[in-house]
Amino acid sequence: MSESLTPSQTVGPYFAMRLPWPDGPFVVPEGTPGAITIIGRLYDGAGNVIPDGLIETWQADPDGRFAHPDDPRGPVPGGYDAFRAFGRSATGLDGSFKIVTLKPGPLPFGDGQVEAPHIDVSVLARGMLDRSVTRIYFPDEAELNEADPVLRAVPAERRATLIAVPGGEGLLRFDVRMQGEQETVFFDL
Amino acid sequence: MTVSEQRSTGEGLVVPESGKLVLPEYAKPRPGNHPPLDYSGYKSTALRHPTQPLVLLPHRLTEVTGPLLGDTLITMQDADLTTQHAGEPQGQRIIVFGQVRDSGGRPVPDTLIEIWQTNAAGRYRHAREHHPAPLDPNFDGIGRAITDAGGRYRFITIQPGSYPWGNHYNAWRPAHIHFSLFGRAFTQRLVTQMYFPGDPLLAYDPIYQSVPDDKARVRMVAEFSMEDTQPEWALAYKFDIVLRGREASVFEEAHA
Repeated sequence: MSESLTPSQTVGPYFAMRLPWPDGPFVVPEGTPGAITIIGRLYDGAGNVIPDGLIETWQADPDGRFAHPDDPRGPVPGGYDAFRAFGRSATGLDGSFKIVTLKPGPLPFGDGQVEAPHIDVSVLARGMLDRSVTRIYFPDEAELNEADPVLRAVPAERRATLIAVPGGEGLLRFDVRMQGEQETVFFDL
Repeated sequence: MTVSEQRSTGEGLVVPESGKLVLPEYAKPRPGNHPPLDYSGYKSTALRHPTQPLVLLPHRLTEVTGPLLGDTLITMQDADLTTQHAGEPQGQRIIVFGQVRDSGGRPVPDTLIEIWQTNAAGRYRHAREHHPAPLDPNFDGIGRAITDAGGRYRFITIQPGSYPWGNHYNAWRPAHIHFSLFGRAFTQRLVTQMYFPGDPLLAYDPIYQSVPDDKARVRMVAEFSMEDTQPEWALAYKFDIVLRGREASVFEEAHA
């Protein structure tokens, strides 16, 4: 009964004609109170920046909720109207990307358990036949990170690749390395 | 309140007595359905694929939800790539239409589709594109549409051309249109390419050939439709797109 899926193909080098939006990096409008900026660079296995990549983010709001029919709780009414939950940033010639957002809240799952605040990330680029999926966790959530079921499934010595680095007031740094000693942890979704 | 009443908007639910959160789960692609991330035929994959084992990511709230980007992003013009300028573009006018559904056969409504392609001469409108073929002042090669309640979409565009690339000696891409889709969940996100039936370059293209499974690979080739071809106006190609579907949860089985 189940059909073959349409296979994935690379975005190629020319996705930049269509996919980036002027306000794509802004999950919330610039200047939103409490907004954080996540910056980073995308690197290949030779340590060179990837200048033709695309970073997409998807995340809960600060209450840990989604305005989506499959989050049965829905958002708290009137909570975060300008919050889009989705961010998209093409990498620049220096491999850099930027997302302006609100920090998500912890998320419930199963029977009263909790996931630490996180952002799901899709990495796409020329030379990638399918996206690679990773997650951004937050450095100021040591306790929840420690208990997070996804982080716990990651070999301890690699967990740090998933945790953003503080970069000053309202600023976090999250580099993505496709290969190498500090290869980012990627997920099988 | 009964459980079925709570399910009216989606499949996620909170079990009233326990507060337990029950969410849908998406089926894994079959092996060979998608290309390997490390594929020697496509040289640029060598330094751009993960080398460490992937870690299993269970489907929880962030994975079963996704961007539902509404009409505010698109205008009427977006699905017709032939009317974005004062004049008409050069080339064969075509209609590209189809249905987006999941592997369980359910239509995927209200999902954004973004496309980009070359012009009739095989040239992209992009600053880093240097193929010596002419640009067309009347063609940008970009479009957007949102699927209707039945998961259907329709673009009007022109037949894209083939173009050379540097992967190997005398490498040419078969004519294709890039498609980007969100589906309804982060798990369903898909970027693919639509090819044309009978294109002799398909046999030589490592990107097309990177998909191991024959049945899956041919899903990327549109079907010519005489029935939908419009007399005196445009050829029609049907391109249905299948995204990951939901698995029947234990819960659904128990209450079916």
